[in-house]
Amino acid sequence: MEKDRREFLKIGGISVLGLSALPVFQALAQEKGPRYKPDPKALKGAQWAMIVDMKKCWEQQDKRQCRDCILACHKIHNVPDIPDQKREIKWIWLEEYKHAFPDQAHEYAPEKVKENPFMLLCNHCSNPPCVRVCPTKATFKRKPDGIVMMDFHRCIGCRYCMAGCPYGARSFNWGDPRPYLKPEDINMTYPTRRKGVVEKCTFCYERIDEGLQPACVEACKVKALIFGDITNPNSEVRKILSGHYSLRRKIELGTGPNVYYLI
Amino acid sequence: MLEKALKGGQKYWSLLLGLAILSGIGFACFMLQLNQGLRITGMSRDVSWGFYIAQFTFLVGVAASAVMVVLPYYLHHVKEFGRITILGEFLAVSAVTMCLLFIVVDLGQPMRLLNVLLHPTPNSILFWDMVVLNGYLFLNAVIGWTVLSAERKEMPPPKWVKPLIYVSIPWAVSIHTVTAFLYAGLPGRHFWLTAIMAARFLASAFASGPSLLILLSFLIRKRTNFDPGTAAIEKLSKIVTYAMITSVFFLLLEVFTAFYSKIPGHMHGFIYQFAGYEGHAELVPFMWLSVILSVTALILLIPPQFRNNEKLLKIACITVFFGLYLEKGVGLVVTGFIPNVFDKVTPYIPTVPELAITLGVWATGFLIMAILYKVAIGVKEEIRA
Repeated sequence: MEKDRREFLKIGGISVLGLSALPVFQALAQEKGPRYKPDPKALKGAQWAMIVDMKKCWEQQDKRQCRDCILACHKIHNVPDIPDQKREIKWIWLEEYKHAFPDQAHEYAPEKVKENPFMLLCNHCSNPPCVRVCPTKATFKRKPDGIVMMDFHRCIGCRYCMAGCPYGARSFNWGDPRPYLKPEDINMTYPTRRKGVVEKCTFCYERIDEGLQPACVEACKVKALIFGDITNPNSEVRKILSGHYSLRRKIELGTGPNVYYLI
Repeated sequence: MLEKALKGGQKYWSLLLGLAILSGIGFACFMLQLNQGLRITGMSRDVSWGFYIAQFTFLVGVAASAVMVVLPYYLHHVKEFGRITILGEFLAVSAVTMCLLFIVVDLGQPMRLLNVLLHPTPNSILFWDMVVLNGYLFLNAVIGWTVLSAERKEMPPPKWVKPLIYVSIPWAVSIHTVTAFLYAGLPGRHFWLTAIMAARFLASAFASGPSLLILLSFLIRKRTNFDPGTAAIEKLSKIVTYAMITSVFFLLLEVFTAFYSKIPGHMHGFIYQFAGYEGHAELVPFMWLSVILSVTALILLIPPQFRNNEKLLKIACITVFFGLYLEKGVGLVVTGFIPNVFDKVTPYIPTVPELAITLGVWATGFLIMAILYKVAIGVKEEIRA
């Protein structure tokens, strides 16, 4: 009996030692310093923002039912085309005036405004509620440039961010999204998602870091989408905003949306 | 002590078997959900939380209500509650277990659950809810079991358990406060964005939980040799009465603010619940039933001659429990998403597998409760014999 217990304690002790050694080993084995060098061409800004010039956009919508930005974004990010509206995934999409601006829409607005849909996407808020509520930091505000990022691999799928976002910018993968992607169209340089995680627009961080404009901005042939650093007084976005009256969605909530609309 | 749960009559075993079958069916449906994703539920992009989170919210209240027997007994020496504190604590254990299970079945990636511990995020209310719920489960399990073991040996409970008991009192308040904060701090969800949410939650909890405890006490008195005591039931019924009045009062305060201010966002939720909004009226019958049940409950509870009549008290407790269940476990969560942030309505109707999983979790909770109550009653009968 006595011997058995000693034996047990010995084995137990060694096991505990072994288990506790693992994290220490990992900590020591970790490399210090940056693991990759940033691309020297990367765009730099303190808070990215976007202007959507609806006049230009509507012209194209009227002319040729333009969906260039949506198609470009959804293709490059492997966004599945799910026909069921209740379960669809959308990063950038069209929405009627009264639904895009439910707090300020009124029936006497010009017909053009009432009838033509607005282009909506994540507002990359200065004070994002989705980031505040996420229990795992799977969604976070990127330090240098204020992009509201999304880590598909950390997200536990609690959907608290979807309840928190007042702009409906977040989509959840209710089922496996991959069957809704055409295999020949898959962009191998961007991850596809699995079921049970939330996703949304990330302002094309992966392109910004290589010195490229967001895909939607690049795809828009009439420059209805303008992207730039809102903190830089010399940026194009600031110049446009100082010369035109602009709208933002639900500013009374204090989230500080960074997508501006020109009508 | 656990051996007490192994000795029981045929009815006891049939009960356990029935609950086990229900939780088995629920588990099978959960396997289907793991395989297929949450698309097998009725939830959608617009109504992204549904029945699971609503059950969780309601059950947090049931769990918190244990404090309504613990507090009077330990802080005010209300001796009548001495016999039933264990029932309150074990009810809390099973209710919190259900809460945790409902959170797990609601996750899109349940196998990543531990990310909440791996990447602790104090600015998320969900993180704090995890902390307080697990803490409350631990406190009640340890306190209940220790005090019961001591009782069996006919000894006073060990000294170290006293501080835990005192901690468990504010802790009970914390679980429902934090759960209310999940909702009450979200911009753009007008129905939830109200400072009185936590107070409302606590009031309804202190009505629904003790009313369930009264019903369980009647059942135990009928089926076993242990009598929880008429005095305790009478005291509990007073608590239910005051809590129910407060709960209804708080709800009316919300209605006043919404409809006197006439701010559309504040009114829409109530309009959807009681009259239907933009042609959608899915919740209307349930919410009016909730009103009828609550009013009936008040009529049966307030006059002492009704309340002290056991038959009427039973009906009153059933109406309280189901009235509040409809308000919190059916209406509250879904209405937060209707109308959605675009001022559009996407209706939500739970699916059959979703309901089966829900029933499975309830059955699991009641299975745990049946076993724990069997142990507790076994000990009580043993002491008396």
